[in-house]
Amino acid sequence: MPLEVNGQSFETDEEGYLADLNQWQPDLAEAMAVADGAELSENHWEVINFLREYYEEYQIAPAVRVLTKAIGKKLGKDKGNSKYLYELFPYGPAKQACKYAGLPKPTGCV
Amino acid sequence: MAAAEFDTPKLKEYPVIPRLQEGVMKHSQPYTAKSEFQEKLGFPGELVDNWQQVAIDKMGELNKKYRSLGVYLDSCVKCGACTDKCHYYLGTTDPKNMPVARQDLFRKVYRRYFTLPGKLFPKLVGAEDLTKEVLDDWYSYFHQCSQCRRCSVYCPYGIDTAEISMAAREVMDTVGVGQKYCNEIIGKAQTIGNNLGLPEPALIDTLEGLEEDVEEETGVKVRFPVDEKGADVLLITPSADFFAEPHIDGLIGYGKVFHQAGISWTLSSYASEAANFGMFIGSYENMQKLALRIRQAALDLGVKRIVFGECGHAWRVAYSFLNTLAGPFDFLDPDYPVPQHICEVTHGLINEGKLTLDPSLNDDMVITYHDSCNVARASRMGDTPGGQFEIPRNIIKAVCNNYVDMPSYSIKEGTYCCGGGGGLLTDDLIELRVKGAMPRMEALKNVVDEYGVTHMAAICAICKSQFSKVFPYYDFSMDQIISLHQLVSNAIVLTPENATEDNDGGNDTDDENQAEAA
Repeated sequence: MPLEVNGQSFETDEEGYLADLNQWQPDLAEAMAVADGAELSENHWEVINFLREYYEEYQIAPAVRVLTKAIGKKLGKDKGNSKYLYELFPYGPAKQACKYAGLPKPTGCV
Repeated sequence: MAAAEFDTPKLKEYPVIPRLQEGVMKHSQPYTAKSEFQEKLGFPGELVDNWQQVAIDKMGELNKKYRSLGVYLDSCVKCGACTDKCHYYLGTTDPKNMPVARQDLFRKVYRRYFTLPGKLFPKLVGAEDLTKEVLDDWYSYFHQCSQCRRCSVYCPYGIDTAEISMAAREVMDTVGVGQKYCNEIIGKAQTIGNNLGLPEPALIDTLEGLEEDVEEETGVKVRFPVDEKGADVLLITPSADFFAEPHIDGLIGYGKVFHQAGISWTLSSYASEAANFGMFIGSYENMQKLALRIRQAALDLGVKRIVFGECGHAWRVAYSFLNTLAGPFDFLDPDYPVPQHICEVTHGLINEGKLTLDPSLNDDMVITYHDSCNVARASRMGDTPGGQFEIPRNIIKAVCNNYVDMPSYSIKEGTYCCGGGGGLLTDDLIELRVKGAMPRMEALKNVVDEYGVTHMAAICAICKSQFSKVFPYYDFSMDQIISLHQLVSNAIVLTPENATEDNDGGNDTDDENQAEAA
């Protein structure tokens, strides 16, 4: 099911994850969030941007602990925990935030 | 990512056999694997033209290869003992989730093509042609079996639905209908080395971060080494232990145990996965490929022992099949079991007094223990019968003051599956997972209400992920599921560095240092 944004059509998989990582643009994340009934705040964007930077370097999304630590450094220690990340991304920081960031869904026993 | 629409089952005070609702879970089907993932594993990319013949031939082949399969298909007498034993039946009320009905989906086709009465008088003996409708039913209902084997415990003939379910999935893969979740993951594990697709640099970065965290928390440099040649122990653990919570707290626990016992150990970036989804799809060849990576890593690193971390079905594959899949392991130290479970290691060290433990550090929790199905019913631990039940409980009791068991019908060999095992831990099956968790949730609620249980410990990555996902549906919080070795990690009193060097880990003179560290 393709996603229509800015008059362009983007291929996604059955679960709505972007098929081609290179096609990602910020408006896509916004559109995905709107579809989920959410609105992206600056803090959401901190997470999304970190995910993309990490993926760029390692070709995988960061472990939850790596993510919480990084967010703690950026947004303050009180926000460096998975509870806060679940407040931002109720479907799970690994899966929902990865989707908005255009990354593939983490697989395995997670 | 809208929430799937279904009703979460209501928990009762005690188990009630539900009224049947025919076909209510017929719609439940996981996504099928794309052709690229199918072909990687040696299966056709899509449904082949002559699929019916291919499927029947495969059934015949499996029936010859696995004698047990034929026995299970021939010996059911329809006594009904299994009917109310499956968590998916109890949670979904769909009669095709009764183990005998699930088996019959396969058995009726077997009868039609492989038994004389079925060939001559199909209607009289419940034999049916393999039609597209039957294949669709297979895809639905053989993906509503977590291969947990609870039904087989109560079957007077010991018929193991798990094996029938594995055979059915293998037949489906052979005709080109595979499950996305399992097959994509097996492909990743065979190329990158783990289910997550975590490449070596990311693994190293994650573990370095973990070393920093643990040092910050404890003041002690506990190592999490990767690819260190000459280490005594190769730890094979589910990749979820590197990635997810509460799994990673278990990994920290293993590290602390090895540290305090002075055991040199390493992870492998080549075999960075304990899980072996090849078993879930019944594919011996794919299971073997994954097992051989472990052998190769052990040889390359020159280790003396192989230890498995907390992963249920991995332990089944390791305990029951590793030697035939990838043996002989005559190059390992014969003084240790091949392979060994991390719980056996920790339990042994506790008994030898080699770990300094303060169970009061877990006094903020009242613990219960979830027996993971594959550990409970498909393997053992230690050298006495029932060791797989007692060893984990004995560890918990050594590191916690407050421990309570759930009701007897729901633990040990009667344990309920978490609802996400057997390759079903995927978002597209969330309704099944929530409903299938119901019996375990009911048993847990029982001890929460009665004894004030606050947390449930488990030794399986799938169980941990499944519970953290489904707990909120039943008004528990996701952090109430924890790793068994997280409890060990909390209770272990580490010896500060300088003392370790001075007296080789002895505990006689460390009291002051421990007080400081604590």
